[in-house]
Amino acid sequence: MEVQYEIQGGDFSTAGQASSEIKKLLKQFNIDPQIVRRIAIALFEAEVNVVAHAYKGIMKADIEPESIRVIVEDEGPGIEDIEKAMEEGFSTASEAVRQMGFGAGMGLPNIKKNVDEMILTSVPGRGTCLKMKVLF
Amino acid sequence: MTLQQLSNIVKGNILHDPVKSMDYRHAFASDLMSDVLRFHMDDAVLITGLSTIQTVRTAEMSNLPCIVVARGKQISNEMIALASENHIALVSSPLTVFEISGKLYMNGIKPVY
Repeated sequence: MEVQYEIQGGDFSTAGQASSEIKKLLKQFNIDPQIVRRIAIALFEAEVNVVAHAYKGIMKADIEPESIRVIVEDEGPGIEDIEKAMEEGFSTASEAVRQMGFGAGMGLPNIKKNVDEMILTSVPGRGTCLKMKVLF
Repeated sequence: MTLQQLSNIVKGNILHDPVKSMDYRHAFASDLMSDVLRFHMDDAVLITGLSTIQTVRTAEMSNLPCIVVARGKQISNEMIALASENHIALVSSPLTVFEISGKLYMNGIKPVY
């Protein structure tokens, strides 16, 4: 089963809607609630990253019997140094993002903690692509 | 403790009361949603001074059943609607995060970890 949602950069009023829709879908299946929670948190962190840093993005999820694969791809400034971005506490978030309770440099490490596979690639000046997989 | 007991302790006003009753035992206080998302805190009460739609979204993603917003901060209709959609109790308290935490702790609510 495949679903796809658009994410608007800079729009904190709708940030989380795509993650919420996917979480609601997953709750309909017989999946351990703790695994659903891990997926929801990883998706939400990824969605907030797009809203906080990019111009626009998409979240594509492919739900299979044994796993979920998600691709979050954005058009934006990209990430100059991925290794640095994965460090806890490193952030380039704006003051506005921090006022929303994010931008503490914990999003990417938290995604890594909650998924079984994570591949992050980026072209500075063009955008970022995050691929995640969680086994049920 | 029940939602009504919790609300009374923090001199709160219940803005959304989900039908499903809960026995609240744990709480976490933070204005940083990244921290809330970072730790496993199913069934804990979130005490926060951050009153935005993202506060409710964070509770939804983290399976938190109750939010207490401190210092009488304005709570928008969108927040109440999202809390209602996700069966999250929403309480407004005129007290500070420090006072709410202290009172709930004194009444037996424990930290999440």
